[in-house]
Order: sequence, then structure tokens, then C-alpha cells
Amino acid sequence: MRIRVAALAFLAAILTQPAFAGPSPTLQKVLKNGYLRCGVSEGLQGFSTPDAKGRWTGLDVDFCRALAAAIFGDAQKVRFTPASAKVRFTALQSGEYDVLSRNTTWTMSRDVQLGLEFAGTIYYDGQGFMVPKKLNIKSAKQLNGANICTNTGTTTELNLADYFRSNKLKYTVIAFEREPEVVAAYDSGRCDAITTDQSGLYAERLTLKNPADHVILPEIISKEPLGPAVNQSDPQWGDIVRWTLFALINAEELGVTSKNVDQMLKSPNPEIRRLLGVEGSFGQSMGLSNDWAVRAIKQVGNYGEIFERNVGQGSPLKIQRGLNALWKHGGLQYAPPVR
Amino acid sequence: MTDAAVSPGSAKTPWWRSRRVRGLIVQAVLLAAIAFALAGLVRHVMSEQGASGFSFLNTTAGFDIIQHLVPYSETSTYGRVLLVGLLNTLLVAVLGIVFATILGFAIGIGQLSSNWLVAKLCVSYVELLRNVPLLLQIFFWYFAVLRALPGPRESFNPIADVFINNRGVYVPRPEAAPEFVWVGAAFLVGVVGAFWLRGWARDRRELTGQRFNTLPAASALVVLPPLLVGALTGFPLSFSFPELEGFNFVGGLVIIPELIALVVALSAYTATYIAEAVRAGISGVAGGQREAALALGLTRGQMLRLVVVPQAMRQIVPPLTSQYLNLTKNSSLAVAIAYPDLVSIFAGTTLNQSGHEVEVIAITMGVYLSLSLITSALMNWYNARIALTER
Repeated sequence: MRIRVAALAFLAAILTQPAFAGPSPTLQKVLKNGYLRCGVSEGLQGFSTPDAKGRWTGLDVDFCRALAAAIFGDAQKVRFTPASAKVRFTALQSGEYDVLSRNTTWTMSRDVQLGLEFAGTIYYDGQGFMVPKKLNIKSAKQLNGANICTNTGTTTELNLADYFRSNKLKYTVIAFEREPEVVAAYDSGRCDAITTDQSGLYAERLTLKNPADHVILPEIISKEPLGPAVNQSDPQWGDIVRWTLFALINAEELGVTSKNVDQMLKSPNPEIRRLLGVEGSFGQSMGLSNDWAVRAIKQVGNYGEIFERNVGQGSPLKIQRGLNALWKHGGLQYAPPVR
Repeated sequence: MTDAAVSPGSAKTPWWRSRRVRGLIVQAVLLAAIAFALAGLVRHVMSEQGASGFSFLNTTAGFDIIQHLVPYSETSTYGRVLLVGLLNTLLVAVLGIVFATILGFAIGIGQLSSNWLVAKLCVSYVELLRNVPLLLQIFFWYFAVLRALPGPRESFNPIADVFINNRGVYVPRPEAAPEFVWVGAAFLVGVVGAFWLRGWARDRRELTGQRFNTLPAASALVVLPPLLVGALTGFPLSFSFPELEGFNFVGGLVIIPELIALVVALSAYTATYIAEAVRAGISGVAGGQREAALALGLTRGQMLRLVVVPQAMRQIVPPLTSQYLNLTKNSSLAVAIAYPDLVSIFAGTTLNQSGHEVEVIAITMGVYLSLSLITSALMNWYNARIALTER
């Protein structure tokens, strides 16, 4: 009889603890390694590119730094692995890095079929066109019969085909494996226009001899939400990556910056107190310490700071916030509350 | 390394030092490793979500391809992409092999020339081109060609209806009416007739010693029947001419700069190796053979054609086969300059869009393997034909 009661109690204990799983295996591995492994692009200005001193800079890079800061309290504990567009998913699936932060478009087929999970959108992009100013073209609709250079192995080729097909326009696509050849072919007149995500066009324009001679057309022909991706097999790790991104966005919304984060710890605002771990134990429930968001914001800055520093007014790219403004300012950046 | 040193069976040698047992163990381990890898591969292919295996080949591709030898559009399937890529690879390989062979033989013979300048030029060519990585040469030719050429509006127009600009070489495209098959048939009949004529002339010469100049008659046989049939059917061949419209020329046949650059780079590079094989082959023919041929009263041309080249070919063909295989495989560097070969559009774009890495790479490897084996088989057949017949 006593044994049966004990068994029932044990069973009840198991059943009433449905959500508890052990700590994330990826997090354990990262902690054991002592650094975060982050897959980035081979070089896209503003997103991930090594600077003159060989230090990686960019929006995608800074996100990994923020993640490292949230985990270790040290934004430098991260190793970057450049991955080509072609191998990025295979390398993530096979565990060559812990997070893929590489201007990667979140699409249904990638999310559903490739065994990976997108943590959110760090940059709302869209595919556009760049043409030489001397062609005097004002709209992509005038590109009938044009030669268009692009990268192979991305969603870009498909969007291009869809756009021209739906507008009943003719075109010729010339698809290169690497970015530098795309720009070189455009520069030597092989094609009339170049197409990729608009952020990429701004970056490529800077590498041309005379950037002012080229215009980026207003049309955006696709939705390209770029975001960090993780392996689907570890949902808890996905939570850590997702909420680090949300913390950066919430911090901007609540006015918490890298400069004032220490004073903000004394703020009476309950939303700020929860975000910074003064109230509640949100960090611990993810397997981190409660001041995870403070560490990330203090060392890397909030979303707005990261944006302006890498692609916005503080950078040579000078991209407007546009779709990437906070929802309160007419943009799309919106993070669920820390509650 | 004599077997006696570690001879099995002698009572003093423990079993783990027996060569036979060790060999068996190594083979068993290797077999197990291969079986394990294959099992993993099969399990991976089977566990793909949705339809397993190769059914993705029926999915719509959704992207365009700049050069396709068979009809293709965005709505075609991945299977069609495979065919387009295969044909594009074959086109480059065949063109490259033809040009590399011609250039290689010319340079190889030139290296042995008694003219100092010609010999040194040919040697420098070989040393220069075979010592620079092929990928760099491909980039060089591609961007050199592109930068040197004008835009579509300022095209070179060397002869009527032929335009050369940085978008390609535009020539009139022949468009055959249905009756054109008869012209083709007449041409085939003419070719067969020409071969028959050659055989007849040889038999007669061997029988009677009388010579018959085959060339004029054979040319007439090849050219006249198609012309005659063409005239009868009212010349069922029309041309589509390239015309400047908007950004580019439309109509006509366009040879894209990517193809030109790739063929030039591949042939120029492979020709250096062929030249070395040719030089070695010719040097390998014993000097006495030449002296004997000249002593018999053959002219220098006859000596080369009838005595030296047939013997040199036996040494040239085996390395030549390797170079043909190399050229075909090297054509996969095409992706760097946007030429849509098999690796670029199938093992690249298709792999990325569909996510079926294992299947796509397996198919691609299978295709290259088949191409190489076919090339080898053809060359081995040719090699056997020209081999020394011992009586």
C-alpha cells in the first residue's frame, strides 16, 4: 500500500512538472567551450566585415557579441566563422557554430524543411535594384530587356524571376558565385543593373569607383526579414537567442542605453526593472544570470545604438531606419514584453 | 621485402604479425567503414521530410538561366535544370577539347622547331601558362574580355549583321523550315559517298598503283547534293538577325562572354600539358626512323605524316586522355564567372533552393564520373586502334 502511494506521488510529481527540461545542451556546450561560435558572412559592409585591424564589425557581428555578453558577461567571448551563402545551413545543422547571424532571410521553406529555427528579425530588408545614373532610369518597370547581375544560391534569383514574370518583362540573369565578381561585372558593363537586398546595394555602392554615379531604384520587390537562426533540436537555446534580440529592442523602446543602463537599475518603471533583472528571475529561467540583459546592453548597446553604429547615421552606409524603426515611430521593430 | 621474412605459417610468428591476417583485418575495417558511411547516407536520404529521395527533381525551379541549349523557363523543373547544366558542361568540354588539342599539337611541334624564335616562343608559352592557377586565368580572360569590349550601343560591327560588345558576340541565327531535313539527309548521303570514294581510291591504288586525287571529288560529294536539294525545296533556311532594342540586341544567336572566356582559359591552359605530351611523344620516336624514311626518298612532310606521327601517337594518346578528363573536370570552375554549368546551376542554385544536398551532390558526382568514364572509353578505343600491331 505504501509503495503504491509513493508510486502515485512520484507519477504525480512527473506529471505536474511538464515544462521542466534540463538546461539547454547548446548552452552547456557554449559554457564548457568558454566562447560562443557564431557564423557570419564572408564580408558585407555594415553586417559583418573585418576592419583594418582584423576585428569583425557589423550588425550581425554585434548581435553575437550581445549574446556572448548575456551568457558570459563578456562580449569578447565569441569566435566568428565566415560562411558562404551556399554552406551556411549545412554548417549550422552539423554544429559548426552555435548561432547563424548572417543576413539570412527567414522563409517558410528554410524554417520548416531545413531543421533550423529563426529567432526573430534583426533587420527588415527587401530586394532592390541599382543602376548607373546615366541610364536615366526611375523605376524597375523600365528594366525590360536588361541584363541583371546577381548572386547565385540565394532567394534573390527567385524573387527576380517572379518580379519580371509577373510584370511581363524580359530580362537576362547573370549569376555569380561571389559578391566581388558581381560588382566587377556590373562595373565593367556586363549588366545594366545589379540586384540584391537593399542593404547590400548600399554596401556595394560604396565599393564602386564613384558611388554618386549609381542610383538605387525605389521599388522593393520582396520581403526579406533577416534574422539569426539556430538549430531546431534545442528550443531552449532558441529562447536564449530570441530573448536576447527582444531585450535589445525592448531596451531601445524603454530608453535604456549602454550609457545610462547603470542609472536605469534604480528606475521605478516596472518594465525596466523586469528587463534589467531587478525584479523577477527571467534570466535564471533561461539558464543565465538575472542581469543578462544589463550585460548585453552595457557592452554592445541597445538595438538603436547597434543599428546607427553599423548601418545608420554613424556609419558610411547612412541607411535610414525606415522599416527598422520601432513600432512607435512607424517601423516594424516590435518585441513582446518581458513579463 | 621478401615474403619469407614475415612468412605466415611458421610457428614462431604470432598471428598478429602475419601479413595475411593483417591484410584481412585492414580489409574488414575498411569494408565496415564504407558500409557504415553508406548506411548513414541512405538513412539521411530516407529521413528527408516530405517526399524522400529524388522526387524534388519534379519541383518547379523558379529561376532563370542565361544559356540553355534546350528550351527552359522559370517554370521548368529541377530535372530540367540538371539537363541544361549537363549540356552546358558538355558544350564547354567539347569546345575546350577541340581547341586545346589543336593549340596543344601546334605548340608541341613548335617546341621542336629548328627555328630558334618559334621554339623559344612555344617553350615560354608552356612555362608561362601552366604555372599560373587556372582560376586566376579564367578571371583574367573574363574581365580582360569584358573591359576591352564596348557597350551594346557602340558595338564593333566587323561584317554585316555580326556585332561584338560586352554582352557577347551576336550572329544571325539560322532557322530551319521543316523541309530542311531533306537538305540534312542529302548532306549525310554526300558524307557517306565521300568515305566510300576514299576506300575505293585506296583499294585501286593498292591494286594498280594508280593514284586518285580524292579531295576535289569528295568535297563536291559533300557540298553539291545539299545545295541541289536546297534549290529544289526552295532554300528552307531563314535567318534571324540581331537588332539593337532597348538595353540589348534581340534576335540572332548570342555567344555569351562567359562561354568565350571559359573556353579560351581552359583550352589555353590545357594546351600547355598537351604540348608537353606531344613534344615527348615526337622526341620518343627513334632518330633512325627519320633517317630511314628520308633514305627511302620520302619528303619531310611524308616522313612526319607516315612515319613519325603514327609512332608518336602511341605515346601521346594516354596522357592526352588524362588532359581531356582534367579539362572536363576543370570546367566546374565556371561558377566563378557566372557560366551556368552543372556545378553552378545544379550543385549550386538547385542544391541551395531545394536543400537536398546529399542527392544533388550524388547526382553531380555520378554525372562527372560517367562523363569521365565515357571519355576514357573512347580514348582507349582510339588508343587500341593505333597501337602497334605485331605480326
